Amino acid sequence: MSTLYEKLGGEAAVDAAVDIFYRKVLADDRINQWFEGIDMERQAAKQKAFLTMALGGPNNYSGKDMRDAHAHMVAKGLGDADFDAVVENLGATLKELGVSDELIGEAAAIVETTRNDVLGK
Amino acid sequence: MTTIKYSDQDYSLNDNESVLECLERHGVAIPFGCRKGVCQSCMMKSVEGTPTAVSQGGLKPTLQDQGYFLSCICKPETDLGVTLADASALPKVTAKVVEKTALNEHIIRLRIAPDSQLDYKPGQFINLHHNNITRSYSLASIQSEEFLELHIERLPNGLMSGWIHDDVCVGDNITIDGPHGDCYYLNNKPEQNLLLVGTGSGLAPLWGIARDAIAQGHRGEIHIFHGSRNADKLYLVDELKALSQQHEQVHYTPCASGESVPEGITAGRANAIALATHPSLSHWRIYLCGHPAMVNETKRKAFLSGASLQEIYADAFEIAADTKT
Repeated sequence: MSTLYEKLGGEAAVDAAVDIFYRKVLADDRINQWFEGIDMERQAAKQKAFLTMALGGPNNYSGKDMRDAHAHMVAKGLGDADFDAVVENLGATLKELGVSDELIGEAAAIVETTRNDVLGK
Repeated sequence: MTTIKYSDQDYSLNDNESVLECLERHGVAIPFGCRKGVCQSCMMKSVEGTPTAVSQGGLKPTLQDQGYFLSCICKPETDLGVTLADASALPKVTAKVVEKTALNEHIIRLRIAPDSQLDYKPGQFINLHHNNITRSYSLASIQSEEFLELHIERLPNGLMSGWIHDDVCVGDNITIDGPHGDCYYLNNKPEQNLLLVGTGSGLAPLWGIARDAIAQGHRGEIHIFHGSRNADKLYLVDELKALSQQHEQVHYTPCASGESVPEGITAGRANAIALATHPSLSHWRIYLCGHPAMVNETKRKAFLSGASLQEIYADAFEIAADTKT
């Protein structure tokens, strides 16, 4: 069975999604303070890795990576509402690209598996 | 047998092995992150041979053009000579000052002729060396000119800029290295519209890039916004007006953000005026040079206005901390 990542078109689909997704996140006043003052190219590369993972594509992220990468933000109050907002932006991005609700649900379910690690629970 | 040459050593590449894996297997430590061709931590530069197309896929076109590639996903079939991406120490070259002209009260134009020809792209930068200090200046000249042109703004207590303004004379030799940087024109989309925004001596690379684009037959529009607090700190105003009269595609808007703005100058910040004039930047290429806060803010806003990050070239003029007291 092909993965969601393959169904959506692989790396080309992720490339198309990155700009849209990152733009939504930066424009979202609920969460854009977490993205201030950082190198945009590096961040876009991370967004691509995140989207690749969300779509079930090849990735090397471990739970520990997720925990370590977000620990400094958790210390400053990163919480469930922020996580939910990111998932919402991901859904809106995929919808804009014409992805079906069913597949968006699959992507959201994959992201959901990282919630505890990202939020340091 | 394919060979990877790194730091004057030859390393043999196994079947289906990446450049990164090969160097690691031989005990060479290369920075890495995701190992999936995403994070760009393991970026290297090829100095001999051609890296695989896959290993250059996600990089900015001007980085591809200079031979940068991601070593974790590069499995070459032919020999490759590589260096670390930040091993940018190029040999120092002597250059003779052939012209020194005040462009306004604060900025001088320095034209220098290096001993050996420098293969550069207008908009890239070179380093100047003097008394153990090093400062970077962007290249405003184009290849057809027989000199390198720098625009040097006098900074308060600036060690390098003070020396150049006060002590350097025509006929003197100075020491440089370069070129460096990826902020330059690439003739891969000649119909694309270009937006060039600069503050202060950030005009230097833009003056080079705009003329280089024209020389290379760029057909899209070229919009230049140059800003300063006071109108008397703008420079090359007549030259830029002339450029826009000679070439229909060129549009020039001088801007001043301070009070009492003279006629012919647009009141406001160059970046704000540029973004308001061009609210949709989808498919545009953007060049941003000058004050770091301006560059970073405009980069974010241009991206939100639809420009792809791959198409935004930014050169923030950071000011060195060790100016004399």
